[in-house]
Amino acid sequence: MEYIITFLDKNGLVFAFLVTGVIMYFSEWISKTFTRNKIPGSAISIFMGLVLAYFAGLETLGKKGIADLPGFSGFELMGGPMFRDFAIVSTAMGASFAIIKKTGPVGILSLFLGVIISFLSGVIIAYALGITDAESLTTIGAGACTFVVGPVTGTALGASSDIIAISIAAGVVKSILVTIGTPLIAPYIGLKTPQSAMIFGGLMGTTSGTAAGLAATDPKLVPYGAMTATFYTGLGCLLCPSVLYFIMRAIL
Amino acid sequence: MLLRGVALLAACFVAGQILGETLGRFLGIQANVGGVGFAMLFLILSQNELEKRGLFHLEMGEGVHFWSKMYIPIIVAMSSVQNVRVAFSNGVLALLAGIIPVIACLALMPLLSKLAPKD
Repeated sequence: MEYIITFLDKNGLVFAFLVTGVIMYFSEWISKTFTRNKIPGSAISIFMGLVLAYFAGLETLGKKGIADLPGFSGFELMGGPMFRDFAIVSTAMGASFAIIKKTGPVGILSLFLGVIISFLSGVIIAYALGITDAESLTTIGAGACTFVVGPVTGTALGASSDIIAISIAAGVVKSILVTIGTPLIAPYIGLKTPQSAMIFGGLMGTTSGTAAGLAATDPKLVPYGAMTATFYTGLGCLLCPSVLYFIMRAIL
Repeated sequence: MLLRGVALLAACFVAGQILGETLGRFLGIQANVGGVGFAMLFLILSQNELEKRGLFHLEMGEGVHFWSKMYIPIIVAMSSVQNVRVAFSNGVLALLAGIIPVIACLALMPLLSKLAPKD
């Protein structure tokens, strides 16, 4: 038994690919069977990751989720900042300034408003619930943007792992809410043209939630919403650990 | 060609992150200031520039594309190594910080739609 665990730890990254693949396959199945694809498999698998980390934490009393379990150490590398940031940067490919220019200044305005308003409301809620240091507040405000901006900001500012976990959880809640809510609210907010989809993507961010929600509303709108949502993550990663953090430090 | 795409991505990553780290030092804080955002900007700009000059090969795009497809699996792995046990005691915060921003932003949607150019 022990030599197997040693083997898995030695080949940790490959084993992490395998386990993540199983988690995602299982989540796709749940999505299809129990929600008729209403909640996307990606949102479920991220949630499953958090659940697994929770139970691993109960078992080991460690701080690194399932990476603390024997044999699972490779998750620290696969889920660490290097691969994460590398993969996020890659999603920018294919985004074109020309298309976003077409929607004019209002597309850019929606991006900035989306990031700043999400950030501010996240910060206010965190402050109201008793969090007071600038790094943690900024991280949770960033998590209110997306589940990517939160941990990127938290890592950059040196926030603690539990604060980063809250920021991810907030982003996941947002993603699920946007996914389920978009088709329901679309008729009331005039979400039916490419322009409105771009504004929507700019305000909401959360690429997976926006794409899935728009797909359920009208598949033709997906590329437009996803386009601005991609910029959102970039803008959030740019603004949260810099300008917005400085503002937080100046206030506190 | 495939690796050239990965190398381009890596170049943008390194340049962006080092710029972020340098900016952090310059501003006197121990933090990476917007490194990922800069790297994304570099990738968009360099891809557009290479395409304009006809130097962007399809296979290069595939090298980058692989990593963008790995994005969700990596995020799944990332969420599974967080200190969720401690975060759980703050579950209400995560819930509220996920819901309220969506409502606040949705409220702006009709206003911004009015400002949008018509087809």
